[in-house]
Amino acid sequence: MNRDQRIAALKEAVKNRIIILDGGKGTMVQSYRLTEADYRGERFADWHLDVKGNNDLLILTRPDVITEINDAYLAAGADIIETDTFSSTRIAMADYEMEDIAYELNVQGAKIAREIADKWTEKTPDKPRLVAGSIGPTNRTASISPDVNNPGFRAITFDELVATYAEQTRGLIEGGADIILIETIFDTLNAKAAAFAARQVFRELDIELPIMISGTITDFSGRNLSGQTPEAFWYSVRHLQPFSIGFNCSFGADQLRPAIQDIDDVADCYVSVYPNAGLPNEMGEYDQSAEEMAGKLEEWARDGLINMVGGCCGSTPQHIAAVAKAVAPFAPRKIPQVPVKTRLSGLEPFVFG
Amino acid sequence: MSNNAAQLFINVGERTNVTGSARFRKLIEADDYNTAIEVARQQVESGAQIIDINMDEGMLDSEKAMVTFLNLLAAEPDISRVPIMIDSSKWHVIEAGLKCVQGKAIVNSISLKEGEEPFLEQARTIRNYGAAAVVMAFDETGQADTEDRKVEICERAYHLLTERIGFPPEDIIFDPNIFAVATGIPEHNNYAMDFINATRRIKENLPYCHVSGGVSNLSFSFRGNNYVREAMHSVFLYYAIKAGMDMGIVNAGALLVYDDIEADLRELVEDVILNRREDATDRLLEAAEAYREQSGAKKEQDLSWREKPVGERITHALVHGIDQYVVEDTEEARQQFDRPLYVIEGPLMDGMNVVGDLFGEGKMFLPQVVKSARVMKKAVAHLMPYMEEEKRQMGLADAPAAGKVIMATVKGDVHDIGKNIVGVVLQCNNYEVIDLGVMVPAQKILETAQQEKADIIGLSGLITPSLDEMVHVAKEMQRLKFNIPLLIGGATTSQIHTAVKISPNYNNDQAIYVRDASRAVGVVSKLLSESAAAYKSEIRESYRELADNHARGQGRRKSLSLAQARANKLDINWADYEPPVPRQLGIRTFDRLDLSLLVDRIDWTPFFATWGIAGKYPRIFDDASKGETARSLYEDAQKMLTTIVEEQWLVARGVAGFWPANADGDDILVYEDEQRQAVRATFYTLRQQNHRPAGKANFALSDFVAPTASGKADYIGGFAVTTGFGEEEKSAWFDSKHDDYSKIMLKALADRLAEAFAEHLHEQVRKGLWAYAPDEQLSNAALIAEQYQGIRPAPGYPSQPDHTEKATLFNLLDAERCTGMKLTQSYAMWPGASVSGLYFSHPQAQYFGLGKIDQEQLEDYARRKGWDVATAERWLSPVLS
Repeated sequence: MNRDQRIAALKEAVKNRIIILDGGKGTMVQSYRLTEADYRGERFADWHLDVKGNNDLLILTRPDVITEINDAYLAAGADIIETDTFSSTRIAMADYEMEDIAYELNVQGAKIAREIADKWTEKTPDKPRLVAGSIGPTNRTASISPDVNNPGFRAITFDELVATYAEQTRGLIEGGADIILIETIFDTLNAKAAAFAARQVFRELDIELPIMISGTITDFSGRNLSGQTPEAFWYSVRHLQPFSIGFNCSFGADQLRPAIQDIDDVADCYVSVYPNAGLPNEMGEYDQSAEEMAGKLEEWARDGLINMVGGCCGSTPQHIAAVAKAVAPFAPRKIPQVPVKTRLSGLEPFVFG
Repeated sequence: MSNNAAQLFINVGERTNVTGSARFRKLIEADDYNTAIEVARQQVESGAQIIDINMDEGMLDSEKAMVTFLNLLAAEPDISRVPIMIDSSKWHVIEAGLKCVQGKAIVNSISLKEGEEPFLEQARTIRNYGAAAVVMAFDETGQADTEDRKVEICERAYHLLTERIGFPPEDIIFDPNIFAVATGIPEHNNYAMDFINATRRIKENLPYCHVSGGVSNLSFSFRGNNYVREAMHSVFLYYAIKAGMDMGIVNAGALLVYDDIEADLRELVEDVILNRREDATDRLLEAAEAYREQSGAKKEQDLSWREKPVGERITHALVHGIDQYVVEDTEEARQQFDRPLYVIEGPLMDGMNVVGDLFGEGKMFLPQVVKSARVMKKAVAHLMPYMEEEKRQMGLADAPAAGKVIMATVKGDVHDIGKNIVGVVLQCNNYEVIDLGVMVPAQKILETAQQEKADIIGLSGLITPSLDEMVHVAKEMQRLKFNIPLLIGGATTSQIHTAVKISPNYNNDQAIYVRDASRAVGVVSKLLSESAAAYKSEIRESYRELADNHARGQGRRKSLSLAQARANKLDINWADYEPPVPRQLGIRTFDRLDLSLLVDRIDWTPFFATWGIAGKYPRIFDDASKGETARSLYEDAQKMLTTIVEEQWLVARGVAGFWPANADGDDILVYEDEQRQAVRATFYTLRQQNHRPAGKANFALSDFVAPTASGKADYIGGFAVTTGFGEEEKSAWFDSKHDDYSKIMLKALADRLAEAFAEHLHEQVRKGLWAYAPDEQLSNAALIAEQYQGIRPAPGYPSQPDHTEKATLFNLLDAERCTGMKLTQSYAMWPGASVSGLYFSHPQAQYFGLGKIDQEQLEDYARRKGWDVATAERWLSPVLS
């Protein structure tokens, strides 16, 4: 199966059932109790900074761990697995002074995910497995000042973001990603830059991959960090004609439900959600059980709210298996006919016409 | 005042423009961005729905100023909540601006000035950044001035944008150029009409696009004479909006009220704008001098309105947004009225109604309404201490509140005048009001209602999108199992919207439309009284009727194909549902049921309707005109009922049965036995084909029975009851005595008793015979309001209009032999006082009206029933479109 065939198969499958995404990576990596030496491997044994915690680096130094995690999610029933490239941008890698391996991380990250996904596609040809190239928000925001005394200041510009995201997108495509997944968006302007870059690269390479866009809600006001409501956020990215819009991470399913409901009636594309396994406890651990999480998401599926579902922080292959089972009996959300109106936004939506 | 021109007119704030505002330019030049930000804030606060930002000034680094200002705005949530219009004639400034906004902005502007390719390239870039665009009526040969040129350029641009690069038409905003009139140059005289007429043609011919313009250009020749300029703007907008102009760059703080322009001046201005006479310019110029002398502060200087009675003064202050005298006027009014509350309910409400009417007619604009609201708030604030004091004196301050009401303006909406008034009025009547303010998300409203154990939730909104948000809140209340009433109010809300869109989504309790503050107390007190259940069921019924009428109106307009309608059938999750098994299959007869069991079950409202007295029992007795008649009728009825029961004038007989059944498409197969192999009879059902709101199914009765494919063993029931035996004999006797009154009375009561029998039997079915709701506990009012699980629809009625289905039912029930009832040739039941129907037990089973069906379904139905089409047409004629 080549990329075009896999994408065609996804576009067919999503009409008939709820598509299953994978779950959290960080929690799974923690369970291996890797040491600084594991992270460094041979290649970075003498690196001048500590690199433990740079999970994307494991693509090069412990690819076996990443592949094992991907394998477990595919076994749990995931249709789509994510590459381990959430932070593989020059901007984010600067924390470790590893800007120069950003491109390589994306290529390799997509390659190892591609290999294990293809193995599963061979095993279950009626359920082709796809690789989504993960693009995180970076650690800088384009519409918020990091300096409280100087609200007009910006630590990063749109153009700088476009450059770094374009590099990441190229790497992911070269490595074999089927989908570009812009996720955990807390600043809409960053996401606009990421998708702007993706579209630019598509034009360059004369290729078109589905773009998935997934925001995150950062506090109990139900808005993202840069202050937009979910509906306003959707109008900000709607011109990118994404394959799906949705939300991930945040506080867990209960808190994300209003956000999803906010966009369900106005999103004329598929809707995805992959929440955290509840809220972390005082120890920073997620203790929502697989059954608990599946029970909540089952209700969403029953109410016809979603097209694609998975997990984020704290979720494990057990969670994904339970979620996959719970949502299986239900038909996916139907894409609504959204009336033609002018849909602008500031922090809030403004619809007229 | 829903969906009118005024609300569809979008105000774009113009003060944050260095070319239009000297003050703003000086602030930017002096690098005083903090104060410049306040200009933007003032625009939004005065009602600007979008803010236009322009830094095009020769001495400025425009790009840097644009970026700095936009980045600063992003840190001001109460300003950056609205979309930004990035305004520049320099492309690099526009592109720099687009890189700073996270929302979906508007670019102002692009045009065909440099030819098609640069135009399309810029449009593509705008699309890549995700913005809408203002397109100027400007082409390679210059700016369009005549009507035809304006239309021609806009049409060309529209086709290029939508056909060549797929630019969304709804994101195109045309600016067909507003030029100065009354300049003394005769060629300019028709400029306003050129704009207005071009606007009309553009809006008619180019779907989804918008028309905007910079209004202040129009009055350029009257610089220095602000009063005349504002009058010209108001008159121009009044006509341009009617023609379809739906956006304008205006000074959101300063617009005259159309009706407020002196008649003489208005006529002169209209002559100029509408180009009605040759000497219009001269006449206006001449008159303008008189206004120039008083210009600027004229409105405040003319204090003749201060001589009028206090009520009119308050209205004047509200309409003109003058808060200077409102406290003293309110105080004067307070001394005239017995209670401070009456000032709110009287003169203040009267004034706000005038504001509402002017707004509805397009003679006031949103920014002016915002000013009115401020005046209103000031007046109410003055009255509050007096009302508190009154409450204390009446000993109510410490008394427990009569009820707790949560109020909120829904998410996305900031308007709260009406809501605040309602809040004040309720508080004055000793209700505890928790006001959550404006822009309140559903989650917060519902969480607060739960925490506070509220008795009622009230939602308010002024703009149309709020309607959808209210529907959402209603759905959430249903989902989260709330069971308190939901009040709906605010300018765009309406009884029909509440009935059609909100009420059906909230079945746990009732959604109720409240037209204005004066109704609020009445509604709330009824909802918290002992007769609340009856009140709610009355509302529910009238809403259902409204919704049905509305659906019928819709149905005539458009319908779904049969395949579409079937694809949208009610999708019951049968996999997780075990259909209840009736205690005993087959039929069971009821002979000579004790009539006294039925008397309490009578629904009296239709009884009065029979007598031509419309009104709800028991409140009909309090009706000023009909009350007395109704009361004496009721007394006579009670007397006759007693005799009917004691002397057994009437005989009640009935039969009910239950059979194994499964749905097969739109048919319901009734099986011989539990083997479910042999089909004993088939009920044919019809499916709704009208367009249903999102999330609502196109029902057929078969949807409520498990389909064969589900593998679930389901059942259906049926019944036929009568209380008509004996009625003919008694009627003949009354005839012989020429006593028509008693004859009609008997007939009416027999009908009521038959219905009561059907109700009584249905309850036996729910609790015992089918026993799917053995623990049900409902009052008679709740029963009349149909708050039980399962339905008993009758063939020949709204959900299945085909009367011939009764024959199938009667055969299954062996009704003739068991009860003596008969079907006439036209499938009417004899005796007259009879009721029959099917029983469905599923919790999602509900009554519905079929509405109109199309030819395809008619033919399909005929085929299924083994009829020719003509026969089907005869029996289904009421529902054919």
